[in-house]
Amino acid sequence: MLNRQGRPTQGTVSAHEPHATFTGNRALQQIEPLIFEIGHTETTGVDIDPPAPFKSRLGAHARKGEIGLPGLSEPEAMRHYVRLSQKNYGIDTGLFPLGSCTMKHNARLNEKTARMPGFSDVHPLQPVSTVPGALEVMLELSRYLMTLTGMPAVALSPKAGAHGEACGMMAIKAAIAAKGEGATRNVVLVPESAHGTNPATAALIGFSVRSVPARPDGTVAVEDVKALLGPDIAAIMLTNPNTCGIFEPQIVEIAAAMHEAGAYFYCDGANFNAIVGKAKPGDLGVDAMHINLHKTFSTPHGGGGPGAGPVVLSERLAPFAPVPFIHLEGGTPRLVETEADAPEGTAPFGRMTAFHGQMGMYVRALTYMLSHGADGMKQASEDAVLNANYIRAGLSDLMSLPFPDHPSMHEALFDDEWLKGTGVTTLDFAKAMIDEGYHPMTVYFPLVVHGAMLIEPTESESKASLDLFIATLRDLAMAAKGNDKERFTGAPHHAPLRRLDETRAARQPVLKWMPPAPLAEAAE
Amino acid sequence: MRYLPLSDTDRQDMLARIGVADVDALFSDVPADKLLKAPVDLPRAKGELEVERIMAKMSARNVSASAVPFFVGAGAYKHHVPATVDHLIQRSEFLTSYTPYQPEIAQGTLQYLFEFQTQVSALTGMEVANASMYDGSTGTGEAVLMAHRVTKRRKAVLSGGLHPHYAGVVRTLSEMANDEVVTLAPDVAATEDILAQIDDETSCVVVQSPDFFGNLRDLKPIAAKAHAHGALLIAVFTEVVSLGAVTPPGEQDADIVVGEGQSIGNALNFGGPYVGLFAAKSKYIRQMPGRLCGETVDASGQRGFVLTLSTREQHIRRDKATSNICTNSGLCVLAFTIHMTLLGQAGLTRLAAVNHANAVALADALAGVKGVSVLNASFFNEFTVKLPKPAAEIVEALAAKGILAGVPVSRLLPGAGLDDLLLVASTEINTNEDRAAFVAALAEVL
Amino acid sequence: MSETRYTKDHEYIRIEGETGVVGITDFAQGQLGDVVFVELPSVGKTVAKGGEAAVVESVKAASEVYAPVSGEVVAVNSELEGAPGTVNEDPSGKGWFLKLKLKDAAELDGLMSEAEYQNYLKTL
Repeated sequence: MLNRQGRPTQGTVSAHEPHATFTGNRALQQIEPLIFEIGHTETTGVDIDPPAPFKSRLGAHARKGEIGLPGLSEPEAMRHYVRLSQKNYGIDTGLFPLGSCTMKHNARLNEKTARMPGFSDVHPLQPVSTVPGALEVMLELSRYLMTLTGMPAVALSPKAGAHGEACGMMAIKAAIAAKGEGATRNVVLVPESAHGTNPATAALIGFSVRSVPARPDGTVAVEDVKALLGPDIAAIMLTNPNTCGIFEPQIVEIAAAMHEAGAYFYCDGANFNAIVGKAKPGDLGVDAMHINLHKTFSTPHGGGGPGAGPVVLSERLAPFAPVPFIHLEGGTPRLVETEADAPEGTAPFGRMTAFHGQMGMYVRALTYMLSHGADGMKQASEDAVLNANYIRAGLSDLMSLPFPDHPSMHEALFDDEWLKGTGVTTLDFAKAMIDEGYHPMTVYFPLVVHGAMLIEPTESESKASLDLFIATLRDLAMAAKGNDKERFTGAPHHAPLRRLDETRAARQPVLKWMPPAPLAEAAE
Repeated sequence: MRYLPLSDTDRQDMLARIGVADVDALFSDVPADKLLKAPVDLPRAKGELEVERIMAKMSARNVSASAVPFFVGAGAYKHHVPATVDHLIQRSEFLTSYTPYQPEIAQGTLQYLFEFQTQVSALTGMEVANASMYDGSTGTGEAVLMAHRVTKRRKAVLSGGLHPHYAGVVRTLSEMANDEVVTLAPDVAATEDILAQIDDETSCVVVQSPDFFGNLRDLKPIAAKAHAHGALLIAVFTEVVSLGAVTPPGEQDADIVVGEGQSIGNALNFGGPYVGLFAAKSKYIRQMPGRLCGETVDASGQRGFVLTLSTREQHIRRDKATSNICTNSGLCVLAFTIHMTLLGQAGLTRLAAVNHANAVALADALAGVKGVSVLNASFFNEFTVKLPKPAAEIVEALAAKGILAGVPVSRLLPGAGLDDLLLVASTEINTNEDRAAFVAALAEVL
Repeated sequence: MSETRYTKDHEYIRIEGETGVVGITDFAQGQLGDVVFVELPSVGKTVAKGGEAAVVESVKAASEVYAPVSGEVVAVNSELEGAPGTVNEDPSGKGWFLKLKLKDAAELDGLMSEAEYQNYLKTL
């Protein structure tokens, strides 16, 4: 019953530090009210003349009441959002070692090209004859993705990684159904170390989930997989490199075992950035793999999206790709938008989203790929792996490695064994990093490691930056072991806010601003 | 390579510190025969100027909406977005931040999510809204799954006025999960008898207003019948600007409201990224998909915001999560919420009025063309016209004349016998000259 | 006089005649941290021994509560809806989850006694 994988959420709170200023502001750190507290419903920052009188065709449906939305003039709005932005940490602020999330540099050229009018200002349903350049971007992106993965097909439309997972697993389900095994093959194997999206996706699509144990060295053994195989197994969902940052050494054997058993191999491509240009998933036996364009190909994370999750597919799964897709007919691209319009030999399983996917992200990712080239992408993977191992080498005498027997790929995983007896938790340690000007690493993931700390520096960091980061973490580690508990349990001390009360937020959810109760009511 | 800070000397020093001879030693877990020896067969790195030229060339092959009289809608709409919006969303701290899992250094993101949730609640007239979905169509799929969880039933009834692609997304999800879907026939004139489809097995009824054909629908009787049978009403919209002019679904007793938010703050982008709006009655909050931002206090008592109720989500519940959604539409949410803040109620109401006025003017003008009739009794900024010739041909002929006239219904509903129907949208971007050009060109090609 | 039995998953069942009061142990609430939500079954539902009977959520984790024995749910502690923190404050008292009408009292024999459970905790 006990799920101990959750992280603690409360530190020991140090004494309240009173604000020395009249406003409560601290120089560049300004306290900013909500728009509902500073705006007015009659204020607007957009000048629009009301239309000349005309006969409405809204019928009985015209809105009668107030909407209750405050507006701000343009200077007020500008200041509001600039002040909010100053409370955020971004890649451009400093090293952002969030494992599994791949916070690499976001080149502004990619933003510039995405805003070219032929990409940003075209409608998904304007005549296809007026958007040949848009189809060209999609084809060119597809070519790059297929070449880098060694896979023969790609479904572009999924909107994010988890959506791509769903797409790949739906293709697998469709392929199984086409073989007449839909009633029997309904179990998906998922390792304990997997991203939460994997079991969630499998369940969403009507599969049941069976867990694959991890070996003590953090990898999945082919024997353990084979022991679970049978006529009921539809697929395995395996992340490679895995969530512990290790390349699965038996991946080829696992793929072969799945195929031999009539099942499929879904690869979670969240960590593809470690092996771009170094190994092709197609060579490893993968049947489907989503690619997080926002991780591997540097489309910005934007505070949690938008992402993009194209899925590369093997020959066996390609016919089942969802609409829309581009079909080449004698070299001429044709946009297939409905199942009725599908060319012979294809059997699209349906549709993932209204239109053609994340065009804005395709443009950014293609710009990244053109800029890096085959040589630059290989170098980027190597530098990402080199940087992660450099950090590991710089810290492993002070912090404990759960899996010392394998080299790390693009991220180095530590556990909290080394914090035992210090009274400092992984969360405390992470919060103390905030005070030092760093975004914390990923903590408490993967779940198979106690108090996990997953550090992914990416290829975007210089050696000097890594050296300072290592020195900082060493200093923190020494302090943690040296009884300087308050530096951790009360952290962060210097962020815009102190540690937040997540229990209160969850016990009495307040999910929108409510006008203050009138005085009479409040007095009751 | 301009994006890679390490020099070869750095690399050698670092390899020495790690204690390996070369970088491939770090790839030792990759089977030797699978490790690529040379770069893949793709072009080599390029400078900024060269890349920009390549991309600009592809961009120039497309006809952009601003370049021509433009009347295309059907789920995505061309609106004017204030310059402030794009400036602000490109600020580093917004653009290059991550999902706000460390709230002490992500209050910027969290506060705008909280403001966004409040705005969406107000617009839709609902009690609670989440921090966004990928887009309106995927949000509709998620709403149906949510209704199944709430009612513990597995049959959805889809109105024939629901956007065909939205219906496609719902059907795909439902087929995969072995849930039942009843899709009513395309309902051009909003005359379907959806009430007759609701029974005690029905989990939810999905109705769009303004619908795919532009009609405004009365949701109240549908909500009443659904509730009488223990089912939920899911109200859908694809044009959020309409909420500045029409009665919101929350005032018609909808249980879940899903919509596309692209119109506010976001470009057309050939279909994505967009932003899905998702709101519900608060009693269903624990069955909602996606992220929720909530108010709390920090250790010194100051107000702050955090992601909350995350035990519904995949990273905690895994195969028992309410949805597999992880990434949402953060930056598109920001664009939406900035634009909405600039508009405010006063601006949104006026924007909606101008949209409606322009659409009425266009409908009246098109109805004056010989052989053309407007089919809608009511509409907001989009309506359906019946043409004497196949609409797909007419749209191509008008495109050749430099006018993007709308969406042939047959493009989304091939083989439905609706080849002579054209969906036409008009927003604040259209001028009198645009309308005159459209009408004159249409008369010519007919 | 009532007797309490324990599972390895840290549920308890306190026998009161033909029914048993089910909740989670003090150890369990300590491990979970602040409980923020409890999902309870509907009265009348029958549960099998080891089957999912309820869900308890802390801020960052959700855990299933399994039925220690088979039976029919005859009451649930709806107070927990508004005050989930009661599970932390008084897990074996006011923080109870549900009452089961026992199907087969013999199933209790497979559960741990107070002393056995305390010993079991020492092994964790």
